[in-house]
Amino acid sequence: MTDNIKRNENYSRYVNAISPSSSALSSLIKAFIAGGITCVIGEIVRNTFGLIPGITDEQAAVYASVVLVVIAILFTGLGIYDSIGRIGGAGSFLPITGFANAMSSAAMEFRSEGLIMGTAVKMFNVVGPVIVNGIVWSAVAGILRYIIALISGVL
Amino acid sequence: MTAKSQTLVFKNRPRIIAGMSVVGDKEGEGPLGKYFDTIEPDPKMGKSSFEKGETAMFSKAIEGAAAKAGMQIFDIGALFAGDLLNQLVSSSYAARDLPVSYFGLYSACSTMTEALSLGAAMINAGYFKTAACATGSHFATAERQYRFPLEYGCQRPPYAQWTVTAAGCSILADSGNGPAITHATIGRVVDYGITDANNMGAAMAPAAFDTVLAVLEDTEMKIEDFDGIFTGDLGRLGGEILRDLCRERGIELGQRYSDCGEMIFSSEQECYSGGSGAGCSACVLNSFILDKMKKHEYNRVLLMATGALMSPTTSFQGESIPAICHAVIMENDL
Repeated sequence: MTDNIKRNENYSRYVNAISPSSSALSSLIKAFIAGGITCVIGEIVRNTFGLIPGITDEQAAVYASVVLVVIAILFTGLGIYDSIGRIGGAGSFLPITGFANAMSSAAMEFRSEGLIMGTAVKMFNVVGPVIVNGIVWSAVAGILRYIIALISGVL
Repeated sequence: MTAKSQTLVFKNRPRIIAGMSVVGDKEGEGPLGKYFDTIEPDPKMGKSSFEKGETAMFSKAIEGAAAKAGMQIFDIGALFAGDLLNQLVSSSYAARDLPVSYFGLYSACSTMTEALSLGAAMINAGYFKTAACATGSHFATAERQYRFPLEYGCQRPPYAQWTVTAAGCSILADSGNGPAITHATIGRVVDYGITDANNMGAAMAPAAFDTVLAVLEDTEMKIEDFDGIFTGDLGRLGGEILRDLCRERGIELGQRYSDCGEMIFSSEQECYSGGSGAGCSACVLNSFILDKMKKHEYNRVLLMATGALMSPTTSFQGESIPAICHAVIMENDL
């Protein structure tokens, strides 16, 4: 038994050494470009909406998010987004577009099992953890804020 | 090492009288493209879902192989078949339309050689006169079951593998023309503690190594006695690891060794370390290998399909990946 543990440790060390790894620098650059382009498009949309009289900057920001989400879902449906994701890495899944892609790709994928048992049930398959974490941590943040306010009376 | 043998010897020489390979578009564009019988441009085969497409591909391979052997489906003694999907749906649903006794097998990507071993053993023993051995896999259905939705934009490490969309079927018979299956070495489950489900080549290489040793010890053959040695889907990385493991024991695999997963895609096709899946060894055997054996470019071939026996559940529970490798030796009559 101890022989096996030792054998496995040696093997895992050997495998780590021989397995090719992706270069961190090129991944970072690609992610920066992909994420950067997404943000630039968002800014352009936001500023364009800002030019329309009667739309506040805050509203324009919301519209920009909506436009980005729609584009991401459209690209997912056209089968382009996964190629962007393969190259862009974190640059394509961190922005709001990544969330839209994860949700719409799952919705499409499980469409074959029907609208309810397929799409509706499995839609949050990939993004579920994001939502759960979002809710849990904002609750934690809220409680902390409340406690700090009680103690300090500042907030 | 124990004294007991893992190898079955088939004295009555059951033989592969026909083989049929059906592959997807991407596989058809690969280096082996010209060897495949049929290349299907539509991954759904005109059906409404990928699963139905995989089943259709599977049926096409079985029916095509029977036709090439000059047989009616009804004349097939038994069907030994398996695929990667839960509850073996592709093979079972394909078998639903066939009037044939059916053995559903799961041994992940090593199912092809498991099917050949069992089929050959049954024929050698005289229980059946003919048997069909078929396996298949499909990129879209495997992705969904094991990984993420197809259109989800995610990155994979460079040592990951690409599930092959293909089905292959071999018809075995007690007499006829074609290479004989002389031995089958039934693998043991081997686990060297690899937990990264993307690195299946590294998880499966030790199983292949274990089986290589068993083949050499049980049959008393040497590596030089084989014209070709093929593993199922170790990929570029796994193949290298197998060479290294063998070299440590003084066994040099050399030029005669290649991996079906490495052969099926060229490095420009962005398939990382190469192909994987139950259909990988099945379609390469029933196209390239049988072709070369028919032309007597190879006279004795060792085919070792490798399988990683994990599931997404065990992976998420932190379990390491057990692997298996079954080998068959095919020989031309000289």
